[in-house]
Amino acid sequence: MLKNIRLSLVLLVICGIAYPLLMTGVAQVIMPEKADGSLIKNESGKIIGSELIGQSFKDPAYFHGRVSSIEYDAAGSGSPNYAPSNQDMIKRTEKDLTTFLKENPTVKQEEIPADLLTNSGSGLDPNISPEGAEVQVSRIALERGVSQKRIYNLVEKHTESRSLGLFGEPKVNVLKLNMALDQLK
Amino acid sequence: MDFLQIGLVLALVIILAIPLAKYLVNVYSLESTKQDRMFGGLERGIYKLSGIHTGDMNWKQYAKALLLSNIVMFFISYLILRFQGVLPGNPSNIGNMDPLLAFNTAASFLTNTNLQHYSGESGLSYLSQMVVIMFLMFTTPATGLSLCMAFFRGLTGQRSMGNFYVDLIRSITRVLLPLSILIGLVLVSQGVPQTLDPTAVATTLEGAKQNIARGPVAALESIKHLGTNGGGFFGVNSAHPFENPNGFTNILEILSMFLIPVALPLTFGYMAKNKKLGWILFSAMGLMFLVFLSVTYFSELNGNPSLEKMGISQENGSMEGKEVRFGIAQSALFTAVTTAATTGTVNNMHDTLTPLGGLVPLAEMMLNCVFGGDGVGTVNIIMYAIMAVFIAGLMVGRTPEFLGKKIEGREMKLIALTILLHPLIILVPSAIALATQMGTSAISNPGFHGITQVVYEFTSSAANNGSGFEGLGDNTPFWNISTGLVMLFGRYFSMIALIAVAGSLLTKKRVPETIGTFKTDNSTFLVILLATVLVIGALTFFPVIALGPVAEWLTIR
Repeated sequence: MLKNIRLSLVLLVICGIAYPLLMTGVAQVIMPEKADGSLIKNESGKIIGSELIGQSFKDPAYFHGRVSSIEYDAAGSGSPNYAPSNQDMIKRTEKDLTTFLKENPTVKQEEIPADLLTNSGSGLDPNISPEGAEVQVSRIALERGVSQKRIYNLVEKHTESRSLGLFGEPKVNVLKLNMALDQLK
Repeated sequence: MDFLQIGLVLALVIILAIPLAKYLVNVYSLESTKQDRMFGGLERGIYKLSGIHTGDMNWKQYAKALLLSNIVMFFISYLILRFQGVLPGNPSNIGNMDPLLAFNTAASFLTNTNLQHYSGESGLSYLSQMVVIMFLMFTTPATGLSLCMAFFRGLTGQRSMGNFYVDLIRSITRVLLPLSILIGLVLVSQGVPQTLDPTAVATTLEGAKQNIARGPVAALESIKHLGTNGGGFFGVNSAHPFENPNGFTNILEILSMFLIPVALPLTFGYMAKNKKLGWILFSAMGLMFLVFLSVTYFSELNGNPSLEKMGISQENGSMEGKEVRFGIAQSALFTAVTTAATTGTVNNMHDTLTPLGGLVPLAEMMLNCVFGGDGVGTVNIIMYAIMAVFIAGLMVGRTPEFLGKKIEGREMKLIALTILLHPLIILVPSAIALATQMGTSAISNPGFHGITQVVYEFTSSAANNGSGFEGLGDNTPFWNISTGLVMLFGRYFSMIALIAVAGSLLTKKRVPETIGTFKTDNSTFLVILLATVLVIGALTFFPVIALGPVAEWLTIR
């Protein structure tokens, strides 16, 4: 019995203390910004958010992200876990659809990609699909008094391809795109 | 594009599994190898500090060492969870875990299940994440690999069963630890945090306050997959952008969890000096995997019929509960792999899968032998192989043999018990849960899907997977105790029974091969093996699958 206790403690020190501390040390030395959570700061050094974590956008002059039942509160994470047969999900989708059509009167219902009307898995999805950004262009152009073409170009510039050109899906980072919107003169 | 990215990942798995399989043969060799020069120093240090003797064990000593060491780990983990609030390493001031939740959590991580009835961000201190979760994430796959090797040695008639402690420590020093460091650092380079600083506070573009939880994520992330563990740092696991930031990390995580289980049947082939047998076992599991993968992929790609009826475009598939960066292909692949390898990590919410898409992870865990977790999965398919040999032997009226050893009553009794226990510990507790308020009050999705939620929870526990239909409100005394016990039974009963089988086969004399010997390394055997898995493993669960996912599918189709 005693040797089992000794062994457990030795392994606990190696795997539970030495290993994560070694990893923290190395990561903090060679890539501190990524290791700290890819935080974005403004000129005065205040944290605006993280590149990887979505934010809640309600203002019609900003691109909106996906549905999030936790309102992008990154202290936690989660989704309502609605089954495909759940009536609550149908009701939520109907409500969101009405709001979206009201805010974007030029858009037809069948043009809206599904990602804009569904809750992401994490509730923190930083991305929307490129189509999800394109259907919002006319609204943003109108709200900001900028030509649609300039907004389109911006979306195109912020469309990220698949990893290594192969894995995953093309996407647009909503926070970065909105920051670029604010830079438009 | 979808087929290309899925095909490439699967090709990579096979290409990398072959050298890994050969490497594993040397790791667990009973003779000294070149690796000893590199790792021997560290290992001797660990033996010395723990007072371990490295001599050969018989099966009873091996089983005893496995059980005792695991009991000790359970108590250490339980105590730390209970007192994490007052222990150091708690910058976000998280409280002590209550006794039943701590029992469930310790049992869950000890059994390589990683079912989580708490949410990582708010339920665990950094110290607990490190010295309980990460510690067990190394030792439990190491325990599984050790068991697997003892089983292989018994079947292939090696000098002895080996020494449990040597196997355990080598699994960590030669396989899990070096790979975890390497993969962890690659993950950091992609944006997975690795910090001991507390939650960051941001002021968003719209001026609101946003708290951003982070922590030593990368270190946990790599061993979570390599050890087929699956417990996430964050509540939503690998769907969280900090755990799995892009398509590249997604395939890296898929490879990490799949490589060892895929390599093990090949390792068995090498150890049995019968490479073909290794490939037959691999093909049996690979074929089942491809069927499951296709069902979940096409089902998710078709989208949700209820939304389609409302006129919502389902061109990009069913996106509820999925992340844009993964889309359908990478989500379906991840789902099929995580429940095949019984890892239980998720990159999309399984509760939101379409009915047939959600049937796949459930079915893979019910079979529990589609590659399976580190060590235990391969042992399960070999168990079915012995069962297949036995049935085939009965049909032609010959004493069944496997690898030249006679399979007799004693072995078959143990194997039959092990195979029967799996449905028993899934179906009986599910029936109790569905019949009582204690169980049904946790259901969050009404109708047939609710049945699936309950069955999924117990299947995931019994298969030591750990994924969940997470809408289930499972942090209650009933769920904590019942799933805790199911996980412990699911893990240890079969482990001990199979060590006994291996021990008894080891002592038997090899019968010479004759013209009448039933061959186990050809395609006929592959078909018999698949039929055995299907008849014995799958039919048991057919009624409950019809009540859950199939019934839901019929209602919304």
